[in-house]
Amino acid sequence: MILTRTFGIAFVIAAIGAAVGSAQATVRVISPNVEGPRPLEERTATAAVRNYLEAWASFRSAFQQDNAELLDRDFVGTAEDKLSATIRQQSRLKIETSYQDRAHTIQIVFYSPEGLSLELTDDVDYDVQLIDHDKAGIQKHVRAHYVVVMTPSETRWKVRVFQAVPE
Amino acid sequence: MKSAPVLLSAILLLAKSSPVFSQDANLGFPKTIEAGSAFSVHLAGGGEATLYVVGPGQALRRDLQLGQALYFPAGTLCNAGHYVALLEGSATGSAEFDVVAEAKPADLSFLAKPSRLPVSMREGITGAVYVFDGYSNLIAAPMPIRFELTTPSTGTQTRSVTTRNGAAWADFDSTAQQGTDRFVASTEGASNTRVIRQVPGDPCSLKMSASQAGQKLQLTTDPVRDCSGNAVPDGTIVTFTETYLGEQSTVDVPLKRGIAKVEMPSHPGAMISVASGVVLGNQIRWGK
Repeated sequence: MILTRTFGIAFVIAAIGAAVGSAQATVRVISPNVEGPRPLEERTATAAVRNYLEAWASFRSAFQQDNAELLDRDFVGTAEDKLSATIRQQSRLKIETSYQDRAHTIQIVFYSPEGLSLELTDDVDYDVQLIDHDKAGIQKHVRAHYVVVMTPSETRWKVRVFQAVPE
Repeated sequence: MKSAPVLLSAILLLAKSSPVFSQDANLGFPKTIEAGSAFSVHLAGGGEATLYVVGPGQALRRDLQLGQALYFPAGTLCNAGHYVALLEGSATGSAEFDVVAEAKPADLSFLAKPSRLPVSMREGITGAVYVFDGYSNLIAAPMPIRFELTTPSTGTQTRSVTTRNGAAWADFDSTAQQGTDRFVASTEGASNTRVIRQVPGDPCSLKMSASQAGQKLQLTTDPVRDCSGNAVPDGTIVTFTETYLGEQSTVDVPLKRGIAKVEMPSHPGAMISVASGVVLGNQIRWGK
């Protein structure tokens, strides 16, 4: 894990490192550019980013293991529904995909006034690998701009919208 | 990715209402497709191949004959996101494209707070919206949102805001009059309403009077109002305190029909005070 950070302090490094585990993703967190009247506490920002990166780990595992239940901890609502549906589609088509994130550039861009949601963007580099039956896998490197809406649950921020949009 | 030298000069055939905005130079796949739109591609060449379209939001697999148009009917790709198209077989190749949200909003996720607040609170009412299309895709393109707060007594306050990354917010002051407000967020084709109750604030001042009632002293407040003149709700606690010869007696009384009333021992020379919350009322020295 390599982390370049333009705001915040060192504990974020440990937190994010723990979140992503063995993945070799580079994470860069840009200073928040937040719309809204509610001040964004650094602790809140750190927790949201850490939980978002943990969500990527869950997303990766769920697709690798063809197991939508692995999404439960980190995704909710529309995001969980859509990712789960994709996993089921892939099972029906007898194909597998895996997503390996390589680099993230994350910025929090909205924190709702009542504190019940925040939005971040992530310019993410990742590899997509496709396996169909016993054919050799096909891999492609992808760069995409994600818009992510997160909402708090009892103990963590969960991803409610997980959507790439054209840059 | 295999690098077999094959022909992926795919030709995009527009279907229906032109969902395509530009075309990928390498493969001919569109750069962007509106969610749910029909489209087709023509992959040149001959022989059989399999086309995979994969992304976090959806996965497709099509066996096809190269050289023929491959039609994707409306509703095939509905979930916005970044997709990879991979071709395997007689020809190989890949493309990337984005499925974007429909331009027309279908739903607003509206977070309004609080549902109940005192009158005359500056920026006390806030609302935030996220804009979604008919497939529950976040519409990231800028979108005008109108926030309206309608109160029975003072009319309508409005704010017009443009979304950024699909989100927008606004705040309003609560008005001086108690009542039930309608808080509406709307954009073309979608709106959402929340109800907000504005209730009287804390008492603004307290005034009591005292009179003899048999052996007792009867204490009665004037009607208790907030600083905007709204009657403070029944049930609000008013505390009467009588101090006599260094001893203190306290009685808490809820407002009933706007006033608080209590009987206390009648001691000539006693000092009596009244308070509610942080508001201290007048003091009376009895019997002298």
